[in-house]
Amino acid sequence: MDSEIISDSLKVVAQEATSKSSDTSWLMHHILDGRELEFPPFGVIHLPELHLFGLDISITKHVIFMWIAVALLVVIFKLVSNGYKKSIIPKGLTNLVEVLVVFVRDEIARPTIGKGFEKFLPYLLTVFFFILTCNFLGLLPYGATATSNIAVTATLAVISFLFIQVGGMMQNGVFGYFKGLLPHGLPAWLLPIMLVVELLGLFTKPFALAIRLFANMTAGHIVILALLGLIFILQTYVVVPVSVAFALFIYLLEILVSLIQAYIFTMLSSLFIGMAVHQEH
Amino acid sequence: MESIYLNTLAFSAGGQGSLLDVNPGLIFWTVITFIFLFLILKKMAWKPILTSLDEREKLIRESLEKAEKAREDAEKLIQENQANFAKAEIESQKIIDQGREYAEKLKAQLLEDSKLEAKKMIDSATEEIERKNKEAFNNLRESVASIAIDAAEKIIRESLDKEKQKTLVNKYLEDLSKN
Repeated sequence: MDSEIISDSLKVVAQEATSKSSDTSWLMHHILDGRELEFPPFGVIHLPELHLFGLDISITKHVIFMWIAVALLVVIFKLVSNGYKKSIIPKGLTNLVEVLVVFVRDEIARPTIGKGFEKFLPYLLTVFFFILTCNFLGLLPYGATATSNIAVTATLAVISFLFIQVGGMMQNGVFGYFKGLLPHGLPAWLLPIMLVVELLGLFTKPFALAIRLFANMTAGHIVILALLGLIFILQTYVVVPVSVAFALFIYLLEILVSLIQAYIFTMLSSLFIGMAVHQEH
Repeated sequence: MESIYLNTLAFSAGGQGSLLDVNPGLIFWTVITFIFLFLILKKMAWKPILTSLDEREKLIRESLEKAEKAREDAEKLIQENQANFAKAEIESQKIIDQGREYAEKLKAQLLEDSKLEAKKMIDSATEEIERKNKEAFNNLRESVASIAIDAAEKIIRESLDKEKQKTLVNKYLEDLSKN
């Protein structure tokens, strides 16, 4: 009885909170995935619902933005690779992209993986440019950040995880890889504990990758929206200069964070691949 | 009851899901999208871009090596040229010196030769003169003798007296000695 009363009163409180100015649904609405693309004040595009074998695979806002990122990347890299066909001297867009490609190759893949890094370079480059483009798309007006969705980042992390494991197994053999996970000269009685620890370690890596990217891309947007929301919650123009100034600052910071998070995801994936491939370290 | 608690605590708005909601459809689309992107970019971008980057790096490395080699060659050539030049200078100096020496020698020899020649000429001239003198003297002697004989003949032919003969001979002799 008591618990029902408490739950009822909580419900009321929650509903009251929802209806009043402390309602933050608008904030979450901007960050969460949705079934429609909104272009206020022009209108709303409703996205189709799809079902496959009982699985809801409706096209959502974040799917659309991933596709936009893919389209952008395909166009950009088509231009870039055509640029290379024309002459070996890069210019314009080719030059810009080349800086990033060379950065991923020479600053991320080569030092962390070492010998045989060429095999993993296509994956690292793809993941870097995909995350970077998704991050930047979230900063555009009407944009949404696919990388601020845990489902997306977790999927990317799982793909990284697969690359790490497969890379390690290809290099050391399936048995050799698992044997290499355990440190040398381990007392026999520690083996079961270490096995658990190392296996946990394997899975924390992609978990950290997923959470880090998701949290970073979400936090910036929440802060910007919260700062701007302050104007509407306090319903005064006094906070406008402060809110806009801080929001602009965070926005600029977001540009930096977009680059850094793309770099970190790629860097850590590369590092983990390197650790799996060269287990002696 | 717990679910309501969680809902109200984690997410006051409710009804929209939370940040940590995982949509399986989105996972599906992320996988599909990423795999497509990976395959397309791998074929279209990474292969040509990485190959041409490698090629260009190779080209630059080779060009640098070539330039370095060319520079070394040029340096060597310059050094060789300098050495050759120095050698040529020494050689030319030697040739000039030799020429000078030769000229000097030639001059000295010529001088000596001409001196010798002159001396020889003088000697031969003196000899000639002496010879001529001797010849002349001999001729004279011969002619004197023949004259004397002629005179004697004349005297005998004219058969002069002893006294006359004597004075005549004396006169002749005097004439001779005067000559």
